[in-house]
Amino acid sequence: MHVEPPVGSPRSLEEAYGLLASAPHRPLAGGTDMLVQLTGELGPAPERVLDLWRLDELRGIRVEGGALEVGALTTHAQIRRSEACAAHAPTLVAAVATIGAAQIQNRGTIGGNVMNASPAGDTLPVLLALDAVLVAGGPRGERSIPAVGFWPAYRSTALAPDELLLRVRIPIVDGRRQAFRKVGTRRAQAISKVVLAAAWRRDPAWRDVRIAFGSVAATPIRATAAEAALEGAPPTAASIDRAVAALLAELRPIDDVRSTAAYRLEVSGRILRRLLEDAS
Amino acid sequence: MTIQAPAGRPAAPTPGHATPLPLRREGPAKLTGQALYTDDLVFPGAWYGATIRSTVPHARLLAIELDPAFDWGRVAVVTADDIAGRNVVASIAEDQPILVPVGGEIRHQAEPVVLLAAADRDTLREARRLVSLRTEPLPPVFDPLASTVVFAHHALVKGDVEAALAADGVVVVEATYRVGHQEQLYIENNAMIAIPRGDGGMTVHGSLQCPFYVHRALRTGLGLDDAHAQVVQAETGGGFGGKEEYPSMIALHAALLARRTGRPVRMIYDRHEDLAATTKRHPAVIRHRTGVRRDGTIVAQDIELVLDGGAYTTLTPVVLSRATIHAGGPYDVPNVRIRSRAVATNTPPNGAFRGFGAPQAEFAAEMQVGRCAEAIGMSPLEIRRRNAYRAAGVTPTGQVLHDDAAALEVLERAAEASEFDWVRARTAAERAGRGPRARTARGIGLALGWHGAGFTGSGEAKMGSVASIELTGDGRIRILTASTEMGQGTKTIFPQLVAAELGVDPDDVEMAPQDTSLVPDSGPTVASRTAMVVGGLLVHAARRLKADVEGRTGRPFELSWRDDARDHGPTRIDERFSPYPGRSFDDATYSGDAYPAFGWAAAVAEVEVDLDTAEVTVLSVVAVDDVGRAIHPVLCEGQVEGGTLQAVGYATIEEIKLVDGRYLNDRLQTYLIPTSLDAPRIETILVEAPFEDAPHGAKGVGELPMDVGAPAVVAAIHDATGAWIDDLPASPERIIAALAGIAPPGPPGMSTVSAP
Amino acid sequence: MTYRLVVNGEPAEVGVPGMRRLLDVLREDLGLTGTKEGCGEGECGACTVLVDGEVVVSCLVPVCQVDGSVVRTVEGLAVAGGSALAPLQAAFLEAGGAQCGICTPGMLMAADAFLAAGAEPTDDAIRGAIAGNLCRCTGYTKIVDAIRLAAERRQAGAGAA
Repeated sequence: MHVEPPVGSPRSLEEAYGLLASAPHRPLAGGTDMLVQLTGELGPAPERVLDLWRLDELRGIRVEGGALEVGALTTHAQIRRSEACAAHAPTLVAAVATIGAAQIQNRGTIGGNVMNASPAGDTLPVLLALDAVLVAGGPRGERSIPAVGFWPAYRSTALAPDELLLRVRIPIVDGRRQAFRKVGTRRAQAISKVVLAAAWRRDPAWRDVRIAFGSVAATPIRATAAEAALEGAPPTAASIDRAVAALLAELRPIDDVRSTAAYRLEVSGRILRRLLEDAS
Repeated sequence: MTIQAPAGRPAAPTPGHATPLPLRREGPAKLTGQALYTDDLVFPGAWYGATIRSTVPHARLLAIELDPAFDWGRVAVVTADDIAGRNVVASIAEDQPILVPVGGEIRHQAEPVVLLAAADRDTLREARRLVSLRTEPLPPVFDPLASTVVFAHHALVKGDVEAALAADGVVVVEATYRVGHQEQLYIENNAMIAIPRGDGGMTVHGSLQCPFYVHRALRTGLGLDDAHAQVVQAETGGGFGGKEEYPSMIALHAALLARRTGRPVRMIYDRHEDLAATTKRHPAVIRHRTGVRRDGTIVAQDIELVLDGGAYTTLTPVVLSRATIHAGGPYDVPNVRIRSRAVATNTPPNGAFRGFGAPQAEFAAEMQVGRCAEAIGMSPLEIRRRNAYRAAGVTPTGQVLHDDAAALEVLERAAEASEFDWVRARTAAERAGRGPRARTARGIGLALGWHGAGFTGSGEAKMGSVASIELTGDGRIRILTASTEMGQGTKTIFPQLVAAELGVDPDDVEMAPQDTSLVPDSGPTVASRTAMVVGGLLVHAARRLKADVEGRTGRPFELSWRDDARDHGPTRIDERFSPYPGRSFDDATYSGDAYPAFGWAAAVAEVEVDLDTAEVTVLSVVAVDDVGRAIHPVLCEGQVEGGTLQAVGYATIEEIKLVDGRYLNDRLQTYLIPTSLDAPRIETILVEAPFEDAPHGAKGVGELPMDVGAPAVVAAIHDATGAWIDDLPASPERIIAALAGIAPPGPPGMSTVSAP
Repeated sequence: MTYRLVVNGEPAEVGVPGMRRLLDVLREDLGLTGTKEGCGEGECGACTVLVDGEVVVSCLVPVCQVDGSVVRTVEGLAVAGGSALAPLQAAFLEAGGAQCGICTPGMLMAADAFLAAGAEPTDDAIRGAIAGNLCRCTGYTKIVDAIRLAAERRQAGAGAA
């Protein structure tokens, strides 16, 4: 029982912006989220679709200006195979490797994951932890939006309806270390119960600590209290205790079909503690 | 286009089986995409059907309202008023309506109320949104322990339980176990296509296990006689019990719409509808009180078992029967009291799923034996050795076991193959030396089980199934049975059995299609009875055919059957089931031989538990199953492997949460089954302790592995972590709750009520 | 809109809405019902086909995105003009890798892509390659056996050639 809404298939960004300006369209990347919605059972099916698949200018991975740039239409499979991603954003590689299985990774894109804006989106905590910047384009030109402000509410983004996500910029930072942990229900094809991504430097005190979680709130979030508990502190058991305590005080996860609030809270603390101990 | 299997490349011969095994008969068609499942069938001019269901758990249906702005002339609408026969889905009790009538009682979410059909899907989708149901809410019941509507109940008593529990030197162990729903999750959803016939009859093609169940339902609901109802099984993409009863409902719906439109109507469920509406494994609450002596002797079992049947009777009384009889596990205990009941709740009806009540009961029984072993400081292997049934053992129904009681054999084989004692010593040492910041823990767990082969009690005797073999006038040998192929290998082993008796090649033996107008009623394809019962009838029929032909020709069958067909014309042998000699069951006293024989199974699982998250990896399972005789060892192993993984899923991740009686896990994104990466390495060992009264010795294999996998895995989790998890699934949420003392999830299988 | 694809080596042209699922185009517009629908949301893998050599779930791919692509389905696996099983199919038949058969077409396509990639057929690699294909009958054991058998025969054949 699928609807088949009209679809525009632009060959250039200009053409895409023109179509977006003419009428509301829902942009389509690899389809792995949108096609599920064509039944209309999981919320309204799109009225009109803008198929971005032919916009090769939105593909590709490169290192430029001190940042790793990943085009919005880059697939999870391409990220998994990328040496540049492995070198500068191993947590991104780890995250996309947990999305679906080969079939999904061959079609699903980082732009799609970002714009789907699911609180369980696996790459989103990584982008938060790595201080990524999301570059959007539209009739008014390009603009850059920090990941930390990109998902203001449940399943929404900072983009205007006539804008498209063009690429993700991840600054390359000397000495930055990063870690990723997903807790799902099974070993493949699982939506997360808790996702943790973190980045930091050590000198040897904790510096530039970023701790981000998915699936524990209505949006992917930074655990700012836990970050603050660590920032500048020595890597001791006491600082880890303070960070975990701060985390447990700031998270407010919920019960849902996938897990319980109690489990999410307890396990968030446990995996953060483990990560920090391993990093000490 | 016909695709042949590669010539001269038989399956690898198996030790002990001299001849190469036949390859899966319908395998080439399945491997090339030529096999036609229901949704692959094309009927020109067919309309698409849909079901409007209730969205409340309990209510009075006041009215059905169609939006007057819509042109309903484009759509066929069927309500209870349009049912020509009786408005019941024929089953054990006739309580479930085909469609709830206006004024009638809605008893669960997902209950069918209105049927629609249209020429195209867009019209149908539009029309669906424009039907509304006006209802008056009634208070729902979700807690099975509070339900006062009892579908069935039993009490089995042997010896004096209270006296035995009170005796000196007896340690009493008590616990309550709860298991939730489990979905069969065949990968092909339910599907039916009904085609109206010119003579007023109805033909239904569909995905189903039991052609004659559907046939009976059509006769009852449409008011047809035998000849005017025809049911044809399409290729069926898995069943596992899930296509035992609900296909009758879907066939009726498709047929009502077909009758209304005068056209073929396709009723093809999508996954969401299949998950939301069709039957699941029964949730259960099982309380055990066990008396065990320090030497390991179990002296008493006091068991109270409650099954949640959901809103209608369906097959629940029979499921309860099997659960009751298996509730003590495969142990010879002198004093036993088993009290059981199955009750109604305002949730979708539960039904058949591989194991049929035994997996729930045996999970509890095996966990309890593990607890008893711990209580007296004995190894889980040793306590089972001491108490397992032997030949001449007596079951709670008074059944005396024969020489094929292979409990000890499967137990010892499993212990040996898994190096149980050695591995357990190692995990114990690891546990003792474990620091507070250990990342993972390994554990090993053992379970022993039994499974009554075939129908419970007098079911088979009452059914009087028939299986036939025909030597046609043009010299073909043809098997006629209603036994369906749904992956387990019916179409391969039947010709194999018959060919072996006749001395011909299996390829010389044809299988008639499972079409009720062609084949006799050889009973439903359930209860692991196909190989044992129907296969046994075919062996007898083949022997009779052989004797007839050889008597006429004076030459061996394999040299003379074509000549005999030409000279004598067709010969048909109809073999009707007659009870196995010396075995009887008394329904009135619920005593006697509950099953013709029992199959025996043991499983040993090894797990690794992540101590941060309680994620469980099941590393390996050694599965040892006594199947009487493995007719086709490759197919037989396939049954054990598949059943074992379903049991692993049941133990670890398969769960349905409910709110207001509605399943929340009603999509494949939320109802998760194990992937290839979650599946353990499974080592299968087939044991053959033949059932002496079956001509081929087979006891059945389908359900056995389902009984032991889950308790083995959960025992392994206990070995790894020290925590007893009494509820299934033993999810990370439950394990963490046990280890860290945080709030556990609610009881499995029981609906919560949404905030007003 | 008219979309042109090459399906199992044959050019095909369909005039359908661009958002029609590739699965529906294959099954209903082209009559290739070998590809199965198990869930319609990309979870089960029964509808797996190859698009330009890569595995995809055809229930999540709109036809507008495969205009000009090369699609391979289970119907394209058999050899000798479709009259003989391909070595991979034969291995499934011999090892018992197909039971009810409904996951089999998708499983074969995932396995075919794995074989084509030429990776070492370790147990873990095979299991990883079919992790997007659910099977409820086999416990995956004999599917893994079948793919390993096919890979080993392929390697032996390549070595001999």
